Amino acid sequence: MDTKISRRFFLKATSLAGGGMLLGFSFLANGNEANEEEATDLDFSLNPYIKIDPDGTIKLLAPNPEIGQGVKTSLPLIVAEELGVDWKTIKVELAPLNDVYGRQTAGGSGSVRGRFTPLRKVGAAAREMLVAAAAQTWNVSPSECTVEDGVVIHPAGRKKLTYGELVTKAVTLPVPEDPVLKDVKDFKYIGTNVKDVDAEAIVTGKPLFGIDTRKEGMLYAVVARPPAYGKTLGAVDEARALQVNGVKQVVKLKNSVAVLATLTWAAKKGRDALKIEWITSEKLESTAEHEAAFKEMLEKGASSPSREDGNVEASKSEASKVLDSWYEVQTLSHAQMEPLNFYADVREDKAELFGPTQVPGSVRDSVAKELGIPKENISVSTPRQGGGFGRKLMNDNGVEAALISAAAKCPVQVQWMREDDMQNDFYRPMAMYRYQAALSEDTLLAWHQSGVGIGRGAGGDSYLAGILPNYRVDSQGYKSNTPTGWWRAPGANSLAFPAESFLDEVCQELKKDPVQFRLELFEKAKTSPVRDLRYDPDKYISVVKLVAEMAEWGKNKPGIYRGFATWYSFGSYAAQVLDIQLINGKPRITKVYCAVNCGLVINQSGAENQVQGAIIDGICHALFPKVTFVDGAVQETNFHTYNFLRMKDAPMDIEVKFVPSNEAPTGLGEPALPPVAAALGNALFAATGKRIRKMPLMEQL
Amino acid sequence: MPAYTLSINGDTRVVDVDADTPLLWVLRDTLNLVGTKFGCGIAQCGACTVLMNGFAIRSCSIPVSAVGVSNIVTIEGLSQNGDHPLQVAWQELDVSQCGYCQAGQIMAAASLLSQIPNPTDDQIDSSISNICRCGTHVRIRKAIHLAAEKSRSK
Repeated sequence: MDTKISRRFFLKATSLAGGGMLLGFSFLANGNEANEEEATDLDFSLNPYIKIDPDGTIKLLAPNPEIGQGVKTSLPLIVAEELGVDWKTIKVELAPLNDVYGRQTAGGSGSVRGRFTPLRKVGAAAREMLVAAAAQTWNVSPSECTVEDGVVIHPAGRKKLTYGELVTKAVTLPVPEDPVLKDVKDFKYIGTNVKDVDAEAIVTGKPLFGIDTRKEGMLYAVVARPPAYGKTLGAVDEARALQVNGVKQVVKLKNSVAVLATLTWAAKKGRDALKIEWITSEKLESTAEHEAAFKEMLEKGASSPSREDGNVEASKSEASKVLDSWYEVQTLSHAQMEPLNFYADVREDKAELFGPTQVPGSVRDSVAKELGIPKENISVSTPRQGGGFGRKLMNDNGVEAALISAAAKCPVQVQWMREDDMQNDFYRPMAMYRYQAALSEDTLLAWHQSGVGIGRGAGGDSYLAGILPNYRVDSQGYKSNTPTGWWRAPGANSLAFPAESFLDEVCQELKKDPVQFRLELFEKAKTSPVRDLRYDPDKYISVVKLVAEMAEWGKNKPGIYRGFATWYSFGSYAAQVLDIQLINGKPRITKVYCAVNCGLVINQSGAENQVQGAIIDGICHALFPKVTFVDGAVQETNFHTYNFLRMKDAPMDIEVKFVPSNEAPTGLGEPALPPVAAALGNALFAATGKRIRKMPLMEQL
Repeated sequence: MPAYTLSINGDTRVVDVDADTPLLWVLRDTLNLVGTKFGCGIAQCGACTVLMNGFAIRSCSIPVSAVGVSNIVTIEGLSQNGDHPLQVAWQELDVSQCGYCQAGQIMAAASLLSQIPNPTDDQIDSSISNICRCGTHVRIRKAIHLAAEKSRSK
């Protein structure tokens, strides 16, 4: 983590007419400092992180989209900590898209990771300017002043001035380039339980989400899209659609038709009344054919590995036993709770865009390109979002809305029905794996993982890479016209299940304790790694030991069947023990223990919520849903066939502990998800004696 | 369009909408009560849960023509000042992640608590089937227990 502000940034304070202070980072493309005039003329100076009004109102802007991962709370919290204000008095807003904010994507568990130190500096610099203003007023040295809850205090002189009273003077002072940051032990808010800033609004039903958008002159639009991948738009008869009460317009795009109406229900009825001929333009693919092809490809084997250490084939022939298991993970939809939607008001040469997206910058750039509107004339901002999970790393919902508004020449709020959402996704792709392990009487000699998946394939390394002298991974890709995309913890969400389940099979065969075996492996990684290690074995050890302690692993617990798994992703380490009990003969997950090493925890409550949520996410998708293509058409179009976890399936309790750390925060939105499916599969094996290797697991039980 | 006279959160509201319009969309688009959410449209997810004569129903699946004189309570009308024990408990335990399903969860829980003031975990499991994609189930259970406790001590 780079702790010095790079010479490409500088903090610029700008006065608001009326005396408020705004602070923000400026990006300078050429690395030179802009002169005073340039900076104040630039639009971005009106979109800072901190707004302080002379009346004392303090507003913080959260720069990354809020998709339920808690950054609307945690990012401003970092600023507030260093700024020295009373968190209870702060107002928070989501920042609009603006280059001054840098990377405004929600993805890759990157928001807190990337912004921790820069946001501390934003807060600290502002604090120093306010203190300097007070010191000047009192004619004392700044070092004699302290700060508490938005008030600068001169203890000896018993003087106080609030930030509101100081702001008009503070903006005239130079911006410190290297402000002094608090000592971690002096944190007042970071590391404590902080409620989500929208908690009250959520439980009282205030308008918060994209679907709640209501703007002057807007029409609702519901869109007819191809019913199968491989089909394209043919003839359209909109006569019946136009007759529906409330329908105002029908707009045709390249491959879809939008019905615009004064009410959502009218737009939906109008869309359903369209008579459309869909033409088969490409092959219509089916999951069954994908599965058959994958099997063939795995049987044939890959021509070359993505990684090979030592000699896996030789190990197999020398081994006293070779384990050979096939695993399969299913195609998944994202199914974020808020169905996709987006608002667009496109005029001649400008556009106002507002809606749920994880990539506002990408929406702007694509709209600029598609409609030939200059980027600086396109505004994009986001509401709070009802889940993301990677669906909205694709910008299609925003671009589509802009195209419809442009064609219809009116502001439009596009609303997807759940069926539209499930049938037009960028799915977590299906993947098939073949694992082989060469075993001696008492140890693991070699590990061979072969994967096949749609697109680039199914590869990736487990932590055994760098531990085992004989290790091989190969992957083959399968070309398909079914779309795939990023789904929470891409790669890891598929790989950890077979890798940690198969390692459990190895432990069963060698009669080794799964936890003890991991600790031995990680010790070996420390003492004699093979080539490069792409993780820190000490951190793996820290979470394995902590979770074993939490769960009292090894203690006899009658009636409790346990599974263990651990995985590193997005900078963080997670280890889990999952307990199953048979209640009336049926397995019920009673408890999950999870230890996480993610560096400094910003918001304890939010962090625990993320880990619990990722665990339930992992359990749900391991057990219940799947997407099946038949002739290009998704069969599971809503929650009646896309089976989903309910309260009765959720663990009774999830206990989370974080390894204490003062290191800069690493990712937390995703890392707790990958190991859970294997922990579950391993617990099911302990409970039933049956090794389940294909998701959704419920179908095999 | 036919006019329907509805009782929403204690107020009489007259709406001019098509007979087959689900109550959900009447609430959201015509009455601008957007707290009740759309999640699936087929009564599977519960995001649209409101109280009808005190019982939880899924408003996406009841047409406005069938509501009649029933008293409808939405999340906006659950309490005057956002201080129903469930709303208080939900905030105290910081239940929400994205927040989209939570109004529906709270309405379902309100219905449960009005019938069973001290539900067991089993009773919660069988009564609340709303989907939460973010996985706040453990905190939802705790919040229902906390709300029940708060109601007891009143």
